[in-house]
Amino acid sequence: MSLRSVKYLLVLTLSLFALSFSSDLFAQDTLSKEAKPAAEGKKEGFDAAEVIFGHILDNHEYHFTSYHDEQGKEHHVSIPLPIILYSKERGLTAFLSSNFEHGEANYHGYKIGNEKIIAVKEDGTEEAGIKVYDFSITRNVVQMMISLAFLTWLMLSIAASYKKGLGVTSAPKGKQNLLEPVITFVRDEVAKPNLGHKYERYLPYLLTTFFFILVNNIFGLIPGTANVTGNIAFTVVLGLISFVVILFSTNKHFWGHIFNPPGVPGFVKPILILVEFLGVFIKPFALIIRLFANMVAGHIIIICLISLIFIFGQMNAFAGWGTTPVAIGFTVFIYFIEVLVAFLQAFIFTNLTAVFIGAAFEGEDHHEETAHL
Amino acid sequence: MSLSTILLDGTANAGGAIGAGLAAIGAGLGIGQIGKGAVESIARQPEAMNDIRANMILAAALVEGAALFGIIVGFLAMVLK
Repeated sequence: MSLRSVKYLLVLTLSLFALSFSSDLFAQDTLSKEAKPAAEGKKEGFDAAEVIFGHILDNHEYHFTSYHDEQGKEHHVSIPLPIILYSKERGLTAFLSSNFEHGEANYHGYKIGNEKIIAVKEDGTEEAGIKVYDFSITRNVVQMMISLAFLTWLMLSIAASYKKGLGVTSAPKGKQNLLEPVITFVRDEVAKPNLGHKYERYLPYLLTTFFFILVNNIFGLIPGTANVTGNIAFTVVLGLISFVVILFSTNKHFWGHIFNPPGVPGFVKPILILVEFLGVFIKPFALIIRLFANMVAGHIIIICLISLIFIFGQMNAFAGWGTTPVAIGFTVFIYFIEVLVAFLQAFIFTNLTAVFIGAAFEGEDHHEETAHL
Repeated sequence: MSLSTILLDGTANAGGAIGAGLAAIGAGLGIGQIGKGAVESIARQPEAMNDIRANMILAAALVEGAALFGIIVGFLAMVLK
């Protein structure tokens, strides 16, 4: 395209855009008032945002599907989970979440509000001033317990077979073949290069972190399960534990380098001290956000691709059927990437924790070398 | 309702989406350059392939972490009122 026609095209587009900035004046303002209530009414049909957030967020039940029977009544296929509530005024209560009937009933003076459980009076209005502490066994908690049980069984059974002598003087058998390369990878590529001669002290924590994140990532990919690693609370706790481990490995030289960076001109020092001090907190924060965002983004992509089928299907049944093979194809492709991301994010979290721990106590090496001169 | 009010209504959503898209462009550029450097160094010295691959993955994860900061902020712009 010649430059001239590009210029004409730009002028055309901009003038059309500028024309749109007129405002209409009405004698009566009823049009806008009538439009609003209709828009705020219940959205019939397929609501993609509701489906996405229903899958991403924590929930008091394992919800698999809903369907309408011949009478039009809605049935839900779900596994209810126990709800445990504590408030100072009412004490401890525990009951099964099916009593809430999916948000439509009150029970024992509690009701599911928008996302939280609130205390209600007899007639269903909210009783103000009562703080409800929610200790329920939610989806994420159950899923974490399942992955904990799986991981414990796997590791303990392999340890037992090593103790019996299998795989020590002979070739590894069975599950040992699955895990031995992974464990030696974490030891030789993550722990030893970054932690030097102190690697054995940190190896249990690094291995636990790696396998816990990996198992939760993989379980989260199975349809119908909960999204544990894509939950900010989960990653915050992991990041905090790493932060505490890093802090406990620091030594004098580390803090000396933070508050007195060597080889820096005087006028830069105040800025650099601030940046270095903030960096101590930002590095674990980046660990948290990295794991959380990667996992939740992957889940949202998969759900969006499948929702495309239903969005198109609502407009036109043939469009829905036509979108299905394309969407399923993309989803399978993204699933492969997500399995890779599951392994990668577990590795990166562990590797960066090891790097930060190594950086926390490495200072003494410089000074030891200078002392030998 | 004029076009300008309709356009301005979803500004938070548009801003969040555009910001997330720009962050993705930044991630693509950064990780592309990491890949380019890694592949070129492997071509120069094939014996170092394993070390180079490990460092490439580490650097790519750091760059992607930074990009995901931007995407999370874009998402928050859409969700928070």
